[in-house]
Amino acid sequence: MSKYYLNYLDELESEAIYVLREVWAQFQNPVILFSGGKDSIVVTHLAKKAFYPAKIPFALLHIDTGHNFPETITFRDKIISDLGTQLIVGSVQESIDSGRVKEEKGKNATRNALQITTLLDAISTHNIDCAIGGGRRDEEKARAKERFFSHRDDFGQWDPKNQRPELWSLFNGKYFQGEHFRAFPISNWTEMDVWNYIKREGIQIPSLYFSHERDVVWRKNSWIPYSKFLVLQADEHIVKKQIRFRTLGDITITGGMESDADTLEKIVAEVAIMRNTERGNRSDDKRSETAMEDRKRQGYF
Amino acid sequence: MIEHNQLLRFTTAGSVDDGKSTLIGRLLFDSKSIFQDQLEAIETASRKKGLDGVDLALFTDGLRDEREQGITIDVAYRYFTTPKRKFIITDTPGHIQYTRNMVTGASTANAAVVLVDARNGVIEQTKRHSFIASLLQIPHIIVCVNKMDLVDYDETAFNRIICQFEKFSSKLLIKDIRFIPISALNGDNVVNRSTHMNWYQGAPLLHTLETLHIASDFNKVDARFPVQTVIRPQSAHHRDYRGYAGRVSSGIFRVGDAVTVMPSGFTSKIKTIDAFDKELKKAYAPMSVAITLEDNIDVGRGDMIVKSNNKPRATQDLDVMLCWLNNHSAKPGTKYSIKHTSNMQKAMIKEVLYKFNINTLERITNTNELNMNDIAKVKIRTTRPLMIDSYRENRITGSIILIDDGTNETVAAGMIV
Repeated sequence: MSKYYLNYLDELESEAIYVLREVWAQFQNPVILFSGGKDSIVVTHLAKKAFYPAKIPFALLHIDTGHNFPETITFRDKIISDLGTQLIVGSVQESIDSGRVKEEKGKNATRNALQITTLLDAISTHNIDCAIGGGRRDEEKARAKERFFSHRDDFGQWDPKNQRPELWSLFNGKYFQGEHFRAFPISNWTEMDVWNYIKREGIQIPSLYFSHERDVVWRKNSWIPYSKFLVLQADEHIVKKQIRFRTLGDITITGGMESDADTLEKIVAEVAIMRNTERGNRSDDKRSETAMEDRKRQGYF
Repeated sequence: MIEHNQLLRFTTAGSVDDGKSTLIGRLLFDSKSIFQDQLEAIETASRKKGLDGVDLALFTDGLRDEREQGITIDVAYRYFTTPKRKFIITDTPGHIQYTRNMVTGASTANAAVVLVDARNGVIEQTKRHSFIASLLQIPHIIVCVNKMDLVDYDETAFNRIICQFEKFSSKLLIKDIRFIPISALNGDNVVNRSTHMNWYQGAPLLHTLETLHIASDFNKVDARFPVQTVIRPQSAHHRDYRGYAGRVSSGIFRVGDAVTVMPSGFTSKIKTIDAFDKELKKAYAPMSVAITLEDNIDVGRGDMIVKSNNKPRATQDLDVMLCWLNNHSAKPGTKYSIKHTSNMQKAMIKEVLYKFNINTLERITNTNELNMNDIAKVKIRTTRPLMIDSYRENRITGSIILIDDGTNETVAAGMIV
């Protein structure tokens, strides 16, 4: 007996490919926002599938905070050379040096919020009219309200209360000069879907996601990797732990979890029984109850 | 096996305070889809608001204003998985001014969960939402009579609402309606069977959602393939490759099928159906593939590949059931952009035939005004032919949106009659 329906993972893949092709057809100069994290890697993989056997038609835009894991940069450069596509780097360090933004001070200082200016500058310098992101609606309560095609005004701002209705799969990517769009092809995926898909497709991901030994510091209920950017407090000590990362952001804000999961099979099994959300270890979301919405309104990812 | 699990998209509708957000919170909570840190966050937020218990509604109210006002403003999407299915919930606001979001949520849904307060029965909003659900051809409607705890779990209260609802819904076209008595607050008949309502013989809500038969809801007869873009690698390896990229809207395409490209009318045969590096024998909805043809003919975005023995109508004159979604009223006689599948044209509303009084379903004639939340049958004329099916037969090739060129906003959603 032949079946004429797709399983959920095939349906999500098909939806994402449809969105990516719609972006390509509706915009002049779309790019993929590439952080080196698993979600942007999956989006890049889907873009490869969507336009095969042609080359991926999007440049990758990386907002480099200067506080990266070295592994992320190595991985990024390898992907770029494999795909043969262009890499655009927006540098937060340059934004600081040119006085566009001011570095935060104090123990919990990060460059997370500074990225907004660098991102919007890069979008305007390179005439980007659509930035494709790996954002998922299950990640965070403000992201749960996102459209596939999400409008940004000429200040790069998101107005969540006044979004264009998005019906069926008829996406409206029309904009005026100076405005741009964000597109989210994997909006409907959950963390579990992403891992199952990575496993099924055999997608390469940075070694940081797998269990490894690392110098870490216990801070705010998670293991923060020790790096030259970390200012140690009097009561903090560096210890060696077997950890892995569930999400990747800046090295200063991404907490690791103790884990022995060193294969994709073990990671999928571990994620399935996890009792905390993946962004629970991200101190950028913990600053206030609506930290994500507030940053997104200003133009964050 | 999880690998074979299907995706079910359902929308929730009800008036303010019918307990929608609480119901969703309950579904997620009882199916163990809520994480510890999310629970702690809403426990803290509930305490801040001075509540005794945990307000499950806070799971879906994501925006600052929503949390402050305790109402849902925008469509929120929620996800959960059971061993049987993956679910996408589109939580839509009950506020009258946000009805456009209900239409949005309904447009992609396989099922609608309509909430009715057991104390208030069927009210104007219930009717409006059920009407929209039927208009958007959601195949399955589940009416949850909520707050049964506040009517002492009384069977006659439940039956009275079924009567009220059926009196109203007999005028609508709904294929499958079911009724479930629940208490979202206490969890009766949401995930677990209630111990307070032994008179109810049916399944709880979650079990109902897990077992709805949705595979047969898709149109398998009329093969339609709107072309999104053309893949031309022009590389040494694939010098002559021309793949027409798109997502199958309906029907089944097979290699060797005789096809026609609309609107040009050129005919050819399907040479290959490509999905990345795999060649497939067939493609069906909603698969994203690239189709190559035996003959080198001119095909581009906005064109539609169909089987030669089963073509859509090509026409510039459409009868459309239109939902107006914008606070700027419609201006018959002015030009809008119209988007239909991958095709974008200009269009004009020629005539408003009638509007619906949502509460009575009566038709109001002799009107030319279309305001926010109005649902009307209109005549539309496009600058070039669109390749259409009726919405009842095909949700994809039967739907359009109108865009105001002055603001670029999506101002109307239409279903082709």
